[in-house]
Amino acid sequence: MKFKKSFRTAWEGLMLNKARSFLTTLGVIIGVASVIVMLAVSAGTEASIAEQINALGANLVIVSPSRGVPGASRTLLIDDAYAIAEQVVGITGISAEQAPAPLNVRAGGTTLESIAIIGTTADFPEVRDYAVAEGRYFTVDEDEREAKVAVLGAGIAKDLFGEESAIGQTITVGSTKLTVIGVMEAKGIVSDVDYDGRVYLPINLVFQKFMTSTPMGADRVRTIYVKAESQDQIDSVIAQITFLLAERHDVDPAQPDFTVQTQQDIIATQEATTAAFRDLLAWVAGISLIVGGIGIMNIMLVSVTERTREIGLRQALGARPADVLMQFLLEAVILSLAGGLVGVLVGVGGSYLFGAWGTMRTEIVPLSIPLAFGAAAVVGIFFGYYPATRAAKLDPIEALRRE
Amino acid sequence: MNQPLIEVRELAKIYGEGDAAVYALASVDASIERGEFVAVMGPSGSGKSTLMNILGCLDRPTTGAYMLDGSDVSGMSKNELAAVRNRKIGFIFQSFNLLPRLSALANVSLPVMYNDDDVSEEEQRERAIAALNSVGLGDRLHHRPNQLSGGQQQRVAIARALINNPPLILADEPTGNLDSRSSEEIMGLLHELHAKGTTIVMVTHEPDIATHAGRIVCVRDGKVVSDGRDGHSPCLDRKVLDGGKQ
Repeated sequence: MKFKKSFRTAWEGLMLNKARSFLTTLGVIIGVASVIVMLAVSAGTEASIAEQINALGANLVIVSPSRGVPGASRTLLIDDAYAIAEQVVGITGISAEQAPAPLNVRAGGTTLESIAIIGTTADFPEVRDYAVAEGRYFTVDEDEREAKVAVLGAGIAKDLFGEESAIGQTITVGSTKLTVIGVMEAKGIVSDVDYDGRVYLPINLVFQKFMTSTPMGADRVRTIYVKAESQDQIDSVIAQITFLLAERHDVDPAQPDFTVQTQQDIIATQEATTAAFRDLLAWVAGISLIVGGIGIMNIMLVSVTERTREIGLRQALGARPADVLMQFLLEAVILSLAGGLVGVLVGVGGSYLFGAWGTMRTEIVPLSIPLAFGAAAVVGIFFGYYPATRAAKLDPIEALRRE
Repeated sequence: MNQPLIEVRELAKIYGEGDAAVYALASVDASIERGEFVAVMGPSGSGKSTLMNILGCLDRPTTGAYMLDGSDVSGMSKNELAAVRNRKIGFIFQSFNLLPRLSALANVSLPVMYNDDDVSEEEQRERAIAALNSVGLGDRLHHRPNQLSGGQQQRVAIARALINNPPLILADEPTGNLDSRSSEEIMGLLHELHAKGTTIVMVTHEPDIATHAGRIVCVRDGKVVSDGRDGHSPCLDRKVLDGGKQ
């Protein structure tokens, strides 16, 4: 009952100056909305990173030439991949990959220009968790004898053959005629790689037909993906690969000319780059909430000053310091909660619009709504407390004398 | 029940310390019986405002005792004083002090809000309407102060002072902002209250108004210089008041 009356008094106080009350809440609205949008952007980024991990395949160890080490790019060879496959324990398969310069791909009257060609070993679909939708992938045998076969990305198959089946058709890659034996499932663009827009060939065929002109030799690979049997095997697999390749390359395992990474390493690298940005956003959101709170405090101080006489009168009529405190604290809390409520709506709406129209992926974090709302309430109480105590401490005689 | 409503003993209010000490009130002794109508007069700076503030429990004396309605209020905490103001004292101000955005009804209801009793909204409303009826404003319940004349505003303020049925009404220059016709109306109302047994203490500097009271207390230099029920007081002499006013 008492609270209800105090609430009504506070509400009347705010309605006294509607425009000012609204402008005061604006700071909180922006603060709360930006907290929600910021968390939605973070969650969106995390989700796309998670997608990228899945796109690579599970339990992967990734071997690549060290960047910045002279000659390193020349040293990772297909034989290294075979050696890993034969000697490392605890793995289910490897996929060595190499890509020549993009080439034109023709079939019938259709020519697709500058198509990415990827040479892989036969385990590629299994290691990379990327299934064949139609037909089959090439076999180890076909790879070793450089069979003139090709597996198409879903997009390439559609561009060349439309609704017609691509299996058994002949395509010309550069000047080499190949028979299509499979079409991969649609995967889309993940981590800037358009999996559907590529042509997958046996890696030895790529060495033989498309890499001969490169001066560095036609048996080097750009990446070897190694699939560990389980998560627990990963550390062991990394150690084995490191020692095996260091020995083969005749380098110090502590300073190898190659890099052995896990998905987690790659994720960590990606997250490090976005983390700074996210931290910045978090600070901006947090600071705008604080600025909003300061705005409330400022207006409440003005309000207390303007209404000094009213406070004096209420005191004379029997308002205790606690009653006056409650009245002004409630005003501040109502302002910040109203701002919080509108801020949640703006934040949720903004996150949707951001995701729909912007380049950034957003995913609204349900927890962020009570979090931001709660933060607004705390800001209201924190910044409302000082003006409210000023009001409560007013001397009734002084206050009544004020014009 | 025979004890006085107000009894003050050696009441002093001192501002500052040591050589700079100023005695706003220096040892005031007085008692006011229940049902009295007392006018407090005195030039400005005489200490009558300080006395009224202390009597109104808005201020605490530096030394001395103040018994109000049988309890010693001179040592009470701020919260206790607020409760005393709410229950025992009805204030009437020179400038009415109505909240401009509230209707007459809401203004009159204000003291009920700070009442410890859990008064229902219906009862609060009924009491406010009854109070407004008693000052003849039963047809102005929803008017705001700016829609009322000065006399009507002061009547709303009187209704507000009455709503908690306090034993004491403190009126500080109740007619100071009113024309003579409205002044007469207000004084008539105070007489009615007095006739019903309410104790009224009123500060004024207008001799015409002061003579409405049955007793005139004259304050000067922080002391009660005269206290009479015979309608005579040195403060009724214009020269005394004006001399003090400069």
